[in-house]
Amino acid sequence: MATRAIRSTVKTRQRQLGKASQGMISFLLIGPAVVYLFVWMLVPLAMTIYYSFRNYNLIRPTFTGWAGIANYANVLADPDFLSAFINTLVLVVASLILTILFGLFFAVLYNNEHVFGRNILRTFAASPFFIMPVVTGLIWSNLMMNPSFGLLAALWRGLGLVPIDFLAQFPMPSLVGIVTWQWTPFAMLVLLASLSGVPEDLKEAAGLDGAGAWKTFRHIVLPQLGRPLYAVVMLESIFFLVIFGQIYVTTSGGPGTATTNLPYYIYLQAFSAYNIGAASAGAIFAVILANIVAIFLVRMIYSNIQEEA
Amino acid sequence: MAVVELSNVGKRYPGAESLAVEDFNLTSEDGEFVVLVGPSGCGKTTTMRMIAGLEEHTEGAIKIGGRDVTGVAPKDRDIAMVFQSYALYPHMTVRDNMAFSLKLKKYAKSDIKKRVDDAAAVLGIEPLLDRKPRALSGGQRQRVALGRAIVRQPQVFLMDEPLSNLDAKLRVDMRAEIVKLHRKLGVTTFYVTHDQTEAMTMGQRIAVMKDGLVQQIDSPNTLYQHPANLFVAGFIGTPSMNFLTAEVSDNGQALSGPDFQLATDGPRRSVLADHGQTQVWAGIRPEHLHLSDSESADNRMQGQVEVVEPLGAMTMIQVLIGDTRVTAQIKPHQMVAMGDTVTLGCPSDKLYLFDKDSEMTLHGIDIGQSDAH
Ligand SMILES: Nc1ncnc2c1ncn2[C@@H]1O[C@H](COP(=O)(O)OP(=O)(O)O)[C@@H](O)[C@H]1O
Ligand SMILES: [Mg+2]
Repeated sequence: MATRAIRSTVKTRQRQLGKASQGMISFLLIGPAVVYLFVWMLVPLAMTIYYSFRNYNLIRPTFTGWAGIANYANVLADPDFLSAFINTLVLVVASLILTILFGLFFAVLYNNEHVFGRNILRTFAASPFFIMPVVTGLIWSNLMMNPSFGLLAALWRGLGLVPIDFLAQFPMPSLVGIVTWQWTPFAMLVLLASLSGVPEDLKEAAGLDGAGAWKTFRHIVLPQLGRPLYAVVMLESIFFLVIFGQIYVTTSGGPGTATTNLPYYIYLQAFSAYNIGAASAGAIFAVILANIVAIFLVRMIYSNIQEEA
Repeated sequence: MAVVELSNVGKRYPGAESLAVEDFNLTSEDGEFVVLVGPSGCGKTTTMRMIAGLEEHTEGAIKIGGRDVTGVAPKDRDIAMVFQSYALYPHMTVRDNMAFSLKLKKYAKSDIKKRVDDAAAVLGIEPLLDRKPRALSGGQRQRVALGRAIVRQPQVFLMDEPLSNLDAKLRVDMRAEIVKLHRKLGVTTFYVTHDQTEAMTMGQRIAVMKDGLVQQIDSPNTLYQHPANLFVAGFIGTPSMNFLTAEVSDNGQALSGPDFQLATDGPRRSVLADHGQTQVWAGIRPEHLHLSDSESADNRMQGQVEVVEPLGAMTMIQVLIGDTRVTAQIKPHQMVAMGDTVTLGCPSDKLYLFDKDSEMTLHGIDIGQSDAH
């Protein structure tokens, strides 16, 4: 009896020790990632919050101390901020809709085995995504949309029309177009992968059930794309909220504030007005917006998936 | 309900050298249960898909209910198909799966509900109607797939190996249930399987296929008793028929080979005499062989027992005759051990004869229906 009891306590000890050392190993494995996230996300966020409550202007070094909510009040009162806020939403929503529509269209097109040369076409169609944002901006502003030398201007002249200065006359639609051009391939690739994963016999069964091509797509194929669409919307909205490079090299936020989105507004506050405090307050609003969008989208899409899956 | 008529139907897949299905001729009766059976790759699925319109036939003509359906889309053929994979719509509940075709046809809501409820009652799946396919067992999915087919009340049912994903016991149950369902609904049904037992138990008529060619279309009994050729003889019946190369001697009086000697009866003698060849295939079903004592029998085959498989109700043994392994079904109380030398006997009127080269059945032979055991 006694020996058995001792043995069992020894075993328990070992087990406890095992558990502890397992926890240690888990910590060591996850630790670096946690530390990394902490340093690179929480610290800057904390610093931004800190600065947003400080008087901190690079051209007024003597103007220091706590600002209270003055930075926030100033930013909210700034009409440019409101327009930046609206521009951000327009850019994100319009680009999302267009990339998904075009992405879906091309995915369906290149998923069809009757499309001649679809493998090569697919590679070409994917290529814009692998071009850096700044280069994309330069390509469009100089090669395509330049009113004197651009390809589109040449096309317009060829048709006997007066070339349009797209970036000046239609700044936001042009920007949406550039972003859409760059991000359609992303939506296309994700949806293409999922489309080719929709079992052939489901479509055949739908056909025998009396569904034509459109109804099969609408009722059978599209519902299978819920999850990939969710992924595309999530990732794209995160990236569209922080678009900067394309604006920087094409319109510089203009004309006026027509293409100034929140990141560009923050950039202008910090490096044009040198008002770090106001820039930080703007950044906090951007973070809040991003979270609202994220939560909203997650809710919406999650409920869709629940419904369909 | 409709007659399905296949005349000289053939299919060549793009880029394929040979035809996947060749010269298929079959006219179903209205409400008949037709089974296509054959080894994997013989063109059963291709034939079904051509009837459904999922593949274009490249030769011949297909008529459904008297209408030539060449170029008619699957959705306009009024056919329901049960897929091997069931192909249930994963994002819809069982009810929606079954209602899908009716909704597309814009039936009234109350009609749809009634039809789905009726079909569910027939198949015993009422409690599952609000579940998604993912939450169903294999057998339940099978029923739902059948339900989706029957709510539409189509002219023709096509079923492509619908039971092959079920376990053995469930397969036997579903087999009976599908037959019952067919009898109740009376809809012309084409049923594909590679399992000859399934074919024999379900089919009113069975088309045996091999390499894209129909070998024989007949009732189960006729296939068993009068196989058209060596392939059908070997394919129908389990365990398979035994085949021995036999020398014809004494003008058809006897067939012999290494370790065996078989006497023939009158009809076979004249068939062999007419045939005039020196070699034929002799076919004997395992259930027609029995253990005999070597002295008395005319028909005997002698060899060493290589395998003994007691199955309870009977015992299967494999005996090496010459260099052919012959399977025989013996009574369970007959004690045989591996390595024993045994003598097998077979009634003369149970012998099948096939041409040595063409492997076609030699005509004029009647295999008595009475069982030897
Ligand atoms: N889509 C296809 N393209 C080319 N060949 C095919 C295709 N489907 C089937 N085949 C060929 O046609 C033959 C018959 O196939 P199938 O009808 O599926 O046979 P089964 O259903 O009897 O197993 C096989 O040789 C197969 O390789
Ligand atoms: Mg098949």
